[in-house]
Amino acid sequence: MRVSYGISTEKMNGLLEELGKTYRICGPRRVGKYIRYGDIQSVEELVYQEKSHFSPKEVFYPIVQTLLYFSENQVRESEMEDEREVILFLRPCDINGIRRLDTLFLRNGGKADNFYQRRREKVKFFLLECAESFETCFCVSMGSNRTDDYEAAFRFGEEGVKAQIHGESALCGRLEGFLAGEKECAFAPEFVTENKKTVAAPDIGHRSLLPGIHDLPMWREFDDHCIGCGGCNTVCITCSCFDTTDVIYHETSRDGERRRAWSSCMLDSYSTMAGGHNVRAKAGDRMRFKVMHKIYDFKVRFGEEHMCVGCGRCDMRCPKEIHFSETVDRLAHEVERLKRGEESL
Amino acid sequence: MKNITLPSPHKILRIVHETKAEYTFRVKCDDAVNHGQFYVLSIPKIGEAPISVSAQGEGYVEFTIRKVGKLTDGIFGMEEGDTLFMRGPYGNAFPVEDFKKKPLVVIAGGTGMAPVRSMLQYFYAHPEEAGEVYLIVGFKDRDAVLFEEDLARFREKFHTVYCLDNMEAEGFSKGFVTGYVKEVPFGTFEDYNVVIVGPPAMINFTAKECVKNGVTEDKIWVSFERKMSCSVGKCGHCRINETYVCLEGPVFNYTKAKELLD
Ligand SMILES: Cc1cc2nc3c(=O)[nH]c(=O)nc-3n(C[C@H](O)[C@H](O)[C@H](O)COP(=O)(O)OP(=O)(O)OC[C@H]3O[C@@H](n4cnc5c(N)ncnc54)[C@H](O)[C@@H]3O)c2cc1C
Ligand code: SF4
Ligand code: SF4
Ligand code: FES
Repeated sequence: MRVSYGISTEKMNGLLEELGKTYRICGPRRVGKYIRYGDIQSVEELVYQEKSHFSPKEVFYPIVQTLLYFSENQVRESEMEDEREVILFLRPCDINGIRRLDTLFLRNGGKADNFYQRRREKVKFFLLECAESFETCFCVSMGSNRTDDYEAAFRFGEEGVKAQIHGESALCGRLEGFLAGEKECAFAPEFVTENKKTVAAPDIGHRSLLPGIHDLPMWREFDDHCIGCGGCNTVCITCSCFDTTDVIYHETSRDGERRRAWSSCMLDSYSTMAGGHNVRAKAGDRMRFKVMHKIYDFKVRFGEEHMCVGCGRCDMRCPKEIHFSETVDRLAHEVERLKRGEESL
Repeated sequence: MKNITLPSPHKILRIVHETKAEYTFRVKCDDAVNHGQFYVLSIPKIGEAPISVSAQGEGYVEFTIRKVGKLTDGIFGMEEGDTLFMRGPYGNAFPVEDFKKKPLVVIAGGTGMAPVRSMLQYFYAHPEEAGEVYLIVGFKDRDAVLFEEDLARFREKFHTVYCLDNMEAEGFSKGFVTGYVKEVPFGTFEDYNVVIVGPPAMINFTAKECVKNGVTEDKIWVSFERKMSCSVGKCGHCRINETYVCLEGPVFNYTKAKELLD
């Protein structure tokens, strides 16, 4: 089914109310000074004019979640606190980014991560059309400006809402049922084809360049500059790393739980082993680790696409104004110099 | 669907105090484990950590654990009959089939003995499957020596050198394992394998010393330790380049290992 309607904002709010009876509906909304993903009830709450500071991943991959409950010598798997399916309003780069998260959590090692899968399989995508590229976006460079993985697409504006139903699912059927009789139109979501920022991932070609990249002097510039706060990882749609910790409710209690919380490869403690030995002790080492993962290692492992989707949120977030996009460009230049056997700049 | 990170309870059958800070725990377990694999051990409410299988037998596996932090402190507080939680076995293993009937050189530093002990015990018990075994083991000092009984038995069937970093003692010469590599008659071997396990710097120096003595890199096998949280390829901590140590390791051929640049 592919049918489009032009509807009023009131009608859209009616649709959200109707769907909200059975679905949890999430989208970017204002929380203090940030735009973050969470529950929404109306078009008025949905921030569609700006890019969110945080990615939608927290909707189905919570910052902290309980995995197991312990009592005495019993271990019990946590239940889902909310069994509803989730409708998620999100942009093309994020839909493409979630495919990367799926690759890691559902496919890496040949087995699915149960705690990710049970939440993820409940999520349905409602595409939020990007009217134009935002300040730090470089999705076109990463090939993640387009998608056709969504149940419905929406364009919001002062003059109302355009909606396209896109698929055969039960949810699409419900949308059709609610919208039938409204004014049909020719709306199909448009995708940005140009960003202000363009980024060229380095063409590393042969592995023999890797030791040279590892030892590039450019990484040393981050040693004192990057404060290792991990903000860039936190807002990233494709960062998936976590730590696991056990907590006990009271000093004297026998009950407790095992929790998973987002981690960050920019943190000093990320690779510290027993005995205090850290294989990436300097901030610049960790910058190299992160950058190479996003634009090289992930693709080498999974063969399809780079990890980075160019959402540009890291560049908005960094308190030290370190630009990931410029770092990638710089690296691409250094790689060309390495290939020509020249000294680095 | 089976939850891949759900631990199950296992009874502690026996505890051997190897040194002040290293105990061996025998745990009831019927899994088939390959030599070099590891489990994630846990005490609910305290935490988890990856630990190599240091021996295996009918109905049990053993872990030799160094007391360094939260979880390992907790395990040291446990007694025979107590319950430990575990999940696994994880990781790849030494290619033992390829090692059979060929000279095998094992060079281990300190707790590095743990991941190779089960394989050494196997070749000790099955001499018909083993070639000549050369075992070079180094410890910091006399108090740090692990697996006294095994070391004594291994002398009977293997060519052994046991050494201590800075002192001599009965049965132990003075010096680092690297110093004894040249005594292995690599030149007389046709096909052979070398296994190196220990701290990263020890692996590095020993592999270089082997190469200096004519060993080709693809004959060398090492076992890596990296920070791990999940051990199932999800948490990210153990990754080096595109390689996940918990999935493709901990055992690597040296041709691959030397490409893994943290
Ligand atoms: C594949 C594999 C096999 C292993 N096999 C064995 C084995 O057979 N036997 C064995 O004893 N060990 C083995 N280890 C190592 C073992 O997993 C670690 O020693 C273990 O994590 C210790 O857990 P813990 O909770 O006791 O220590 P933790 O409480 O996690 O900490 C231990 C130490 O780490 C350091 N540390 C921790 N966090 C930080 C931080 N944020 N900043 C700075 N320093 C920090 C501290 O120095 C601390 O003393 C293996 C590891 C791997 C990956
Ligand atoms: S990166 Fe592209 S798809 Fe993502 S918000 Fe920016 S313009 Fe939209
Ligand atoms: S690059 Fe910026 S946001 Fe990322 S860890 Fe460093 S200082 Fe923090
Ligand atoms: S330990 Fe979690 S990915 Fe390897």
